Amino acid sequence: MLEIKNLHASVLDIDDSEILKGIDLKVGKGEVHAIMGPNGSGKSTLANVLMGRFDYVVTEGDVLIDGNSILKLRPDQRAHLGMFLAFQYPAEIPGVRPWQFLKAALDSKADANGEDKMSVRNFSKLFDEKIEAVGINPNLVKRSLNEGFSGGEKKRNEMLQLEVLQPSLAILDETDSGLDVDALRIVAEGVNSMRSPERSFVVVTHYQRLLNYITPDVVHILVKGKIVKTGGPELALEVEKDGYKQYMAEAEVNA
Amino acid sequence: MGFKLIPDRMGQVYVFAPFEFNISDLAPYFFTTDHPSRSYLLTNQNTISRESDLSGREYKWGFVTDVETDLAPKGLSEDIVRLISSKKGEPEWLLEWRLKAYRHWVKLAEAEAEPTWSMIDYPGIDYQDIYYYAAPKGMNEAPKSLDDVDPEMLETFEKLGIPLQERAALAGVAVDAVFDSVSVATTMEKQLGELGIIFCSFGNAVKNHPDLVKKYLGTVVPYTDNFFASLNAAVFTDGSFVYIPPGVRCPIELMTYFRINTEGSGQFERTLIIADEGAYVSYLEGCTAPFRKSSQLHAATVELIALDDSEIKYSTIQNWFPGTKDGEGGVYNFVTKRGRADKNAKISWTQVETGSAITWKYPSVILKGDNSVGEFFSVALTNNHQQADTGTKMIHIGKNTKSTIVSKGISAGKGNNTYRGQVLIMPGAENAVNHTQCDSLLIGDQCGAHTVPYIEVRNPTARLEHEASTSKVSDEQLFYLMARGLSEEEAHHMIITGWSREVFKELPFEFALEAAQLLKVSLEGAVG
Repeated sequence: MLEIKNLHASVLDIDDSEILKGIDLKVGKGEVHAIMGPNGSGKSTLANVLMGRFDYVVTEGDVLIDGNSILKLRPDQRAHLGMFLAFQYPAEIPGVRPWQFLKAALDSKADANGEDKMSVRNFSKLFDEKIEAVGINPNLVKRSLNEGFSGGEKKRNEMLQLEVLQPSLAILDETDSGLDVDALRIVAEGVNSMRSPERSFVVVTHYQRLLNYITPDVVHILVKGKIVKTGGPELALEVEKDGYKQYMAEAEVNA
Repeated sequence: MGFKLIPDRMGQVYVFAPFEFNISDLAPYFFTTDHPSRSYLLTNQNTISRESDLSGREYKWGFVTDVETDLAPKGLSEDIVRLISSKKGEPEWLLEWRLKAYRHWVKLAEAEAEPTWSMIDYPGIDYQDIYYYAAPKGMNEAPKSLDDVDPEMLETFEKLGIPLQERAALAGVAVDAVFDSVSVATTMEKQLGELGIIFCSFGNAVKNHPDLVKKYLGTVVPYTDNFFASLNAAVFTDGSFVYIPPGVRCPIELMTYFRINTEGSGQFERTLIIADEGAYVSYLEGCTAPFRKSSQLHAATVELIALDDSEIKYSTIQNWFPGTKDGEGGVYNFVTKRGRADKNAKISWTQVETGSAITWKYPSVILKGDNSVGEFFSVALTNNHQQADTGTKMIHIGKNTKSTIVSKGISAGKGNNTYRGQVLIMPGAENAVNHTQCDSLLIGDQCGAHTVPYIEVRNPTARLEHEASTSKVSDEQLFYLMARGLSEEEAHHMIITGWSREVFKELPFEFALEAAQLLKVSLEGAVG
């Protein structure tokens, strides 16, 4: 599904700003991978680079989806391939209703893939169902997209989009940050219910607690732009106990 | 630049120039020699020599008949004014009014009083190089029915998506279409007539309802109002007329569609809308012009009269040809729009301005009666080399008067967008309230946004609020939408229409859709 080969990335137009320093990663179909790391390790950069954010530049390496490089694709083209990024800080778009936004997103995907657009009636039904499933206050979706939403509301709104768009590869960028336990559970339930042999997840998180609810197949520890350790779910528990200190020391040695 | 507020002239608030200007401050701006065709405004010499060409001739030098169009010779003179008036079969009083306006305009032109305080830059207009009367062939007399209308012209309007004929009834819109200077067809005139509503071309109103025209013409925008209003009063050729009788709520939207067709012609229409006591009307205006490399002048005047307890809602979608990408051609749009709101009356202007090379326009409300309400909602977009200087004036005279201004300026390419507004609270306007909101959105790094609010308060009980913001479409917003599958253009469009929502929601539904579509088309090439 997703294959990352020796990926190096820097901040656009800034010298010596390399953040990702050679990442190798393979996520198979239906797998859930967690990427954990301390602040500043490059977790969010990785998530954003995968989705094609403009302010990073890939200097070396490659990212493949089903064997094809996506580095030359724009973010919208990556979305059409079935990629999805749940944002850590979703942008506020004044005057745009979440409904309108999601319908446009679905339509553009259908267009790109030569499929029929969903009728407004069917979309409305789907939208209402998903709002209830994600536990979003129905009044919220009458407001402008993300505008004045609390941190938790923004994250739920991201989950709503995930549920509606049904991507084949979902990247969650610290979706757990700023969530209370109830909201955390809802996010986790959403992800768990969407787990399928056809869908892969990359869950980026600082804390282990989300992984109490979502059991990953593989856990990677990312420190200073490199994956320093890969293991099973038990690795997350180790981090929870001992912190990132030992991995940071290792990274120093390797650098 | 030293803009000054005009001194208050008590009792004469209707007649002051929109904004006073200090011409010497702006002279360097306009007198630069790098532009070969910039012959700065209108010179007296020019006027006189052209006039002498025509002197001694009667207006039977007649029409130059083009394949499709009857044209009066280029240029402006008393003869031309007389010619227009006679072509329209106008009564003596109207001709006199036109001539007074013309003579006033000549004085203004001699005094070089073409307004230059606005933040727009254009080569001087040669007023003698313009056709002041262009009528589709065989249309010197307005057609009696749609059967009399040239099928090719109907096709043009069909291409523009104007619902003439039966489609009008289905769409619930009554349309008056002005092609160059002559009103082509007014649909649903009869159906409206049953309610006592008059909706017809200005020319027909002069013929059939002269008392109404005489009573109200020039009462809100007198011929002395400003340079372009004087010009319009002298040479206006047609326009729309609306009268809603007391207590009648006009059941459908009334619409006028303007189109400039002939190259080198100016369009000078005049619209007069009167809502009698307790009446309501929603009026829509749309504009287009074909692609021309030479510039075209459009100097319109709109007067609204809202009598006690009435309401007029006036919506405009202006999509005159904006000029080429390199700034060639395009419509120069100099428009004077003003309404008078009597006791408890409400006037609401909504405009979406995407076209024209130059837009100079300040739809205003004189809040004369107690408890009257004035509103102005505007989205103005400038792309490529377009320039817009637009805003409003709210003149509070009555007690408890309330005005709202929401102005959204979008600048892209090398476009320059200026909001210029005046809120004037007169001494008698107890408890007047104004809320002004000016937002600017910049796309790219070569465009400009400017806000020039004038506020003058002469009554201490007034409450005024002014909010202003300038923003750019952020990379975060774009990336967010694109990561969900929207193309860069779709993403821009969604951000911009969302940003303009407060104004769009004031438009009738179909019009709002058209406006959103227009923004999209107008921004093509501005992004990416």
